[in-house]
Amino acid sequence: MLYSDTVMDHFNNPRNVGVITDADGVGEVGNPTCGDMMKITITVEDDRIADIKFQTLGCGAAIATSSIVTEMAKGMTLQEAAAITKQEVADALGGLPSPKMHCSVLATDGLKAAVEDYLAKQGREPISSKIESADPNFDPHAH
Amino acid sequence: MTHYFDYAATTPLDPRVFEAMTPYMTEHFGNPNSLHAIGRDAFRALETARESIAAAIGAQPEEIVFTSGGTEADNAALLSTLWRIAPEGGAHIITSAYEHPAVLEVVEWLGKQGHEGTFVAPCKDGFVHAEDVAAAMRPDTRLVSIIMANNEIGTVNDIAAIAALAREGGALMHTDAVQALGKIAVNVDELGVDMLSLSAHKIYGPRGIGALYLRRGTRFDPLIKGGGQESRKRSGTQNVAGAVGFAQALELVEAERSKESPRLAALRDRIVEQVTTRLENTRATVCEGVRLPNIAPLLIYGVEGEAMLLQLDNAGFSVSTGSACSSGSLAASHVLLAIGVPQEIAHGSLRISLGRWTTEKDCDALVDALVPVVERLRAMSPVYEKMFCATDE
Repeated sequence: MLYSDTVMDHFNNPRNVGVITDADGVGEVGNPTCGDMMKITITVEDDRIADIKFQTLGCGAAIATSSIVTEMAKGMTLQEAAAITKQEVADALGGLPSPKMHCSVLATDGLKAAVEDYLAKQGREPISSKIESADPNFDPHAH
Repeated sequence: MTHYFDYAATTPLDPRVFEAMTPYMTEHFGNPNSLHAIGRDAFRALETARESIAAAIGAQPEEIVFTSGGTEADNAALLSTLWRIAPEGGAHIITSAYEHPAVLEVVEWLGKQGHEGTFVAPCKDGFVHAEDVAAAMRPDTRLVSIIMANNEIGTVNDIAAIAALAREGGALMHTDAVQALGKIAVNVDELGVDMLSLSAHKIYGPRGIGALYLRRGTRFDPLIKGGGQESRKRSGTQNVAGAVGFAQALELVEAERSKESPRLAALRDRIVEQVTTRLENTRATVCEGVRLPNIAPLLIYGVEGEAMLLQLDNAGFSVSTGSACSSGSLAASHVLLAIGVPQEIAHGSLRISLGRWTTEKDCDALVDALVPVVERLRAMSPVYEKMFCATDE
């Protein structure tokens, strides 16, 4: 199992690490018994993601997918951000080893959860497709 | 410069071993089964190696069967004997829940072939207790296989006591001594085992050679059939250079063991002491009883093992982790779960293993590198404070 140079770059130099204290939206996904936990905080201006930060507990792939999804989402509309797929995250990293594909689900789910949290606080309708990892029966290892 | 702390995974070939081996790959290249002079040269080298390995573990030369390594020795020990003693199935086999996969997978497979396996749980102290094996014994128990020293946490089981139970119950006793060899005394009569698995590459010998000790008279149907080499117990032209290297490596570790093992144990304890002192929420996975001198098993709460491994690697330190995420399977380490470590803690395991070229300076440098890695990863975690610092006021 080998990681691409892009994965290692994002793992070693993760972008947008931290917490936005007065965030407009917060997404928290994952489960410590699986060893993966992610928290994304966003600020929103004109329905675009103005700023985004993450915290992740997890392996190299979990940290790299978190990092790159924040880079991809910054400046996107909420619609665009919530539509990022796990495959797009993996592709942006130059591919992920197959046992690690579930890490990109965690990243896209964390982002979706943050967007939905913002929309809910605004009293607006949800826009995301299903947040897979929020399902109590979600099996990350099935991916 | 890479600092190597993964000697339990494999060891570099000792230059003295390499030197002993090379003639058997070049000028003395013969097939030991050929009758001509070149073949006889190879045969003599092979048999000398066999005698030397036998002597080191208190066995007779004819009780040593060369294999491709520890995994094959484990497979042969279990499969080859059961084929003879219970060809129709129906045998009860006792093993432990924290065996090497080369035993665990075989017993699980045998369970699907009409036999039945019982996986005795080790205790939280990291040991398989003889009384738990005794409780698992049944009239139809035909085989007991318990690892001598666990490869992830280094605990050394009381094989002699367990072998005595097996013998009383009329079962064969096997132990995987791959990690134990060269670090503690391994003597087949003192242990009272019928079969014992060995490997060369954990003791500064070459990859691709190991051995099965098979007590004389043990009924055995070979796993690998063919030309009848190894007294019809393991076919295939023998790896003469490998056997010579294995014997040389074993002679060297045995000659140096009385000085080397205490040296490594002191380094092991130094690492555990420094890590647990300098980093909060850390502990030795096991810390009591007889343990291998060269394995420092650590639990670092609130970080994921693979992330630690990769960051230490960046800093030039090679370590291992029982973390789920470092393996293809993603299941948390069966060893750590077997001894009752909770899942969320098992993800943060480190196995630091030491060897012939580990110095005190290396160990201190490793700890100096580990501390900021752990602090950085904990700072990145959304749950570290919540999970592990909640009691702090």
